[in-house]
Amino acid sequence: MQLTLEFGGGLELLCDSVKIHKVNVNPQDGEDKLNMKDLLAWVRTNLIKERPEMFMKGDSVRPGVLVLVNDCDWELSGQLDTTLEEKDVVVFISTLHGG
Amino acid sequence: MGGPGAGPECKIGPRPVAERNPPVAHGAARGGPGLKFVSLKICRECFYTVFEDEIHSVIVENQLFKPGERIAIGASGGKDSTVLAYVLSELNRRHNYGVDLFLLSVDEGITGYRDDSLETVKRNEVQYGLPLKVVSYKELYGWTMDEIVKIIGLKNNCTFCGVFRRQALDRGAALLKVDKLATGHNADDIAETVLLNILRGDIARLSRCTSITTGEDGPIPRCKPFKYTYEKEIVIYPFHWLPNLNQLFTYAYFKRLDYFSTECIYSPNAYRGFAREFIKDLERIRPRAILDIIKSGEDFRISTSTKMPEQGICERCGYISSQARLFRMPNCARKPASLKWCKACVLLEGLNRGLPKLGIGRSRGLNNDRKKDMKQSHGTENIGSKQCGTLDF
Repeated sequence: MQLTLEFGGGLELLCDSVKIHKVNVNPQDGEDKLNMKDLLAWVRTNLIKERPEMFMKGDSVRPGVLVLVNDCDWELSGQLDTTLEEKDVVVFISTLHGG
Repeated sequence: MGGPGAGPECKIGPRPVAERNPPVAHGAARGGPGLKFVSLKICRECFYTVFEDEIHSVIVENQLFKPGERIAIGASGGKDSTVLAYVLSELNRRHNYGVDLFLLSVDEGITGYRDDSLETVKRNEVQYGLPLKVVSYKELYGWTMDEIVKIIGLKNNCTFCGVFRRQALDRGAALLKVDKLATGHNADDIAETVLLNILRGDIARLSRCTSITTGEDGPIPRCKPFKYTYEKEIVIYPFHWLPNLNQLFTYAYFKRLDYFSTECIYSPNAYRGFAREFIKDLERIRPRAILDIIKSGEDFRISTSTKMPEQGICERCGYISSQARLFRMPNCARKPASLKWCKACVLLEGLNRGLPKLGIGRSRGLNNDRKKDMKQSHGTENIGSKQCGTLDF
């Protein structure tokens, strides 16, 4: 499944300072759908190069990191349970620093 | 995941301001998640409307601006002040506030941090057509923060920076001849400050840190139009504007939200960092906690037996300062007890005389300073110093 992931607010520095990543992520074996929880685990393994604790806390993002799925706050779509579809755009923005 | 959006998912449409509740009640009335963006499921266009209208009603209800006033916006190049400058210039036009807006920036002289963000402010000057005034520590005090850190190290540098910044903004505002200074402090910042002042037992700051306008008896009153605005919304606001705005705004937004490179290179700021994370943890469970902490701060009643600091005038520079921050100048040729200086002057005198620890900590006067210095030389942490000057409201 093709997804566009965008990192902002400094989070891009955790993945080689690249803001926009076009990636291919497939559902885990035996699953037919990919949800945000799977995607976060995939991002942590494959994109985050340093200080993963700045991005994640437990199996979710660190509080203070905004997540938008297709420009929509993921709190509206079920957060970790949000099901992703082909060509979805997921944006992560940190709000923790910079006034 | 389905499309976002406009139309069917949006639970409200643009409606007259009068029909909406004022911001705090609005948050309270939401029940569940306090974020209207979350609980009301509004679309992008409605979000802009709600965001801007709420700030407008905060400005109107608290009478923050009067026609004909000159208003300086404290501009750091960060997301809050950038959005503030943009929103205020929009609202001023749309609702005919009749105020003249200016951008006021402080150059602390921190290479690789402030020089970059000042470039952002200079872009804002062009983009919003707001005149910019930059005051620097170097020109005001003769020292840059880079030079100060070379002398005093990384331990108490935030004390210098915070004290100097506060006065620098006052002086810059005086140079611009403005009537008021508006800062970009948001609801999350204020909730954090309430918690920190409680943790520190700082009753004087606790009682004033939630005021939307402060310093009305001083030379330059300050106000916080974003007092009830969630940081989350401030971040979402420019994000959604991105496609519609030119590169300059994109730059301002992303450049300064870049938190590793833009967090001050001299400030580990651990204590505030903990409070910040705590607030964000609370927000995840119950967003309204942020506004409720502010409410708690507003409703604290200080017992009448609590000794409160009084305001005084610094005998050196003539600036107003709370008595708590007036320090007796040591080793003065004049009668020492009669000469009271503000903290900025004491710190500066210490730097210029090669006694940089003068005025560090919460002590009032030389003896305490000496004791503290002695303690420090025996390896005791100076807990009196603040991590970062932005605690001051």
